[in-house]
Amino acid sequence: MLSGGDMLIRALHDEGVDLIFGYPGGTALHIYDAIFRQDKVEHILVRHEQGATHAADGYARATGRPGVVLVTSGPGATNTITGIATAYMDSIPMVVISGQVTRDAIGSDAFQETDMVGVSRPVVKHSFLVQSAADIPNIIKKAFYIATTGRPGPVVIDFPKDVTDPAEKFPYEYPETVKLRSYSPPQKGHTGQIKKAVEILMSAKKPIIYAGGGVVQGEGSEELTKLTQTLGFPITNTLMGLGIYPATDKQFLGMLGMHGTYEANMAMHEADVILAVGARFDDRVTNSDVSKFCPNATILHIDIDPASISKTVTAHVPIVGPVKSVLKEMNSQIKASSNKVDAEALKLWWENIEHWRQRDCLAVESAGELIKPQQAIQALYEVTKGDAYVTSDVGQHQMFAAQYYHFDKPRRWINSGGLGTMGFGLPAAMGVQLAFPEATVACVTGEGSIQMCIQELATCKQCQLPIKIVNLNNEALGMVKQWQDMQYSGRHSHSTYADSLPDFVKLAEAYGHVGIRIEKLSELKEKLAEAFAMKDKLVFIDIVVDQNEHVYPMAVKGGAMSEMFLSKTERT
Amino acid sequence: MRRIISMLMENEPGALSRVVGLFSQRNYNINSLTVAPTDDVTLSRLTVTTIGDDRKIEQIIKHLNKLVDVVKLVDLTDGSHLERELMLIKVKVSGAQRAEVMRLADVFRGEIVDVTPTTYVVQLTGTSDKLDAFIAALGDTSILEVARTGVSGISRADKVLNL
Repeated sequence: MLSGGDMLIRALHDEGVDLIFGYPGGTALHIYDAIFRQDKVEHILVRHEQGATHAADGYARATGRPGVVLVTSGPGATNTITGIATAYMDSIPMVVISGQVTRDAIGSDAFQETDMVGVSRPVVKHSFLVQSAADIPNIIKKAFYIATTGRPGPVVIDFPKDVTDPAEKFPYEYPETVKLRSYSPPQKGHTGQIKKAVEILMSAKKPIIYAGGGVVQGEGSEELTKLTQTLGFPITNTLMGLGIYPATDKQFLGMLGMHGTYEANMAMHEADVILAVGARFDDRVTNSDVSKFCPNATILHIDIDPASISKTVTAHVPIVGPVKSVLKEMNSQIKASSNKVDAEALKLWWENIEHWRQRDCLAVESAGELIKPQQAIQALYEVTKGDAYVTSDVGQHQMFAAQYYHFDKPRRWINSGGLGTMGFGLPAAMGVQLAFPEATVACVTGEGSIQMCIQELATCKQCQLPIKIVNLNNEALGMVKQWQDMQYSGRHSHSTYADSLPDFVKLAEAYGHVGIRIEKLSELKEKLAEAFAMKDKLVFIDIVVDQNEHVYPMAVKGGAMSEMFLSKTERT
Repeated sequence: MRRIISMLMENEPGALSRVVGLFSQRNYNINSLTVAPTDDVTLSRLTVTTIGDDRKIEQIIKHLNKLVDVVKLVDLTDGSHLERELMLIKVKVSGAQRAEVMRLADVFRGEIVDVTPTTYVVQLTGTSDKLDAFIAALGDTSILEVARTGVSGISRADKVLNL
């Protein structure tokens, strides 16, 4: 016999959860007491509930296992909303447990009462309000099942305080299986559709593979790599997909979309066949006017979520199913097929692509001792030998990291792509570092983003997390400023604050960490290396970078994929 | 185009708000909505009428199907179907109008279910078009109140929506 609070923690353990992120408060106190009285599930105390959700999210992105969050009712619950929405937009498995006022007080505007199920509804995959302690094992089982299967996503479970009352005990049995008559994620793609897609691929003259975050979540990287290399086709990845195909391989054209490479965007625009895998034709890829998007292409679209198919761009051959099994079947059909790819056409296509590549759109022009943000990322890549887990915040630094850090493995690049949440990077890095204590974890950020969850430096101290914060300090909200430069005649409305920035070195020291500042290009690599050599310390690396740099290429607003600004003075 | 989508959903708290929330958060229209229990106590049947082009309707159906509480769904307008709506309409009637409204109700196969010296309540069942036509036919008659249930529907012949 167990109380509701004990059942919850026991069920988490039975579900395989060994780490949760949270912050206590009134309605969660029975649960926190249950945590205190056991040693199977470790709890990480964050400094703000938003940090808990991003940390759980980072943990989930790096490991593939669901992230778990525990918070109290009211403000504790509402503070998780940004983090839940972040996970929802990027399809990250997460279970958020919130305290709630007692059942009889619900609806009475009690102290710290919020309708969490209602408030979170638009940004969760599903949610539960626990009505009886006896339901807890079943609800936990269902929540994890829903969060982790199909297109993953966050699930909220709201626990009224009296349901966790230590005085009321119930028999506990954790269910082994779960069956929901109204929820059955696809297990396999349609063989006939896959066959049709393979036939089209085999006769393609200018094909391209466009793969995204679904391949990370669906563990399809190996099959995707095999498919790409068997076919000899060019491949581009979305911001969310970086790492699913080795970035250092010659068939990789780089990221596509708003800040994608010239060669990736040109190849997409000119392609006659596009194989979209676990990607959702997001507006940062297609640009705002989808009628101009890849006019000559036959589109083959693999996705586990039928609602992602033909949402914005019509798929000629839709394949609903888990990317891994679909790609596997594709690979075996290709192997068994008597058809071969059109080698002649492909040769010409690659010549075209090489011609675009020669434009070298990511070349960095040196500016003496002034550090270009791109150079900072290049140095980070060299110092960490391309093998770090890199989390990022949102803005120019995020795009520079995506462009200049070449990810060869999935789950190494961790960023908020869909929602674009500033403040994500540092707590996400905590989740990664806790999952992999020995790994090198770098948080690429800017002086704007880092201040949105800066309080988590204290969590890092408490948990001894040796994260390396790489702060590209341009004393401005760089991406906002870039848009203001390009679209508002340089009127920098509320995007600068140079006179009120903190001294980040002192700030890091105040939290008990190491802070260093890098101002000159000649000392960049050496100082970065020194910072990363401090294996057991969090180092805040404040890098002073060129304040006038823009991210290029950049899509022309409302244009086709082939329309890009390549620098401040050039456009296609 | 106007569509009638009918679904069976888990008879759970919050299920209705998920369906309604989906329409508002994705900027889809709801023209009418009815929901009530079925012969199976664990299931409710919800019928919604909406308007959109084929792409939009396809998205609405896909997103409804994704909701964990929605067990099964059918677009009734995809095939031959029956649709009915019930209306109670209160009109102000006096003098010659009393006989005229009574005749009109007869023509539409409605019933007068409440009578006072100055008012009638007419009960009318049929497609939404028929109810609209009745309101139009009332012409100058003063309408005091309209209560419509929204559309309920069912497929013809052996096509069924059950588990």
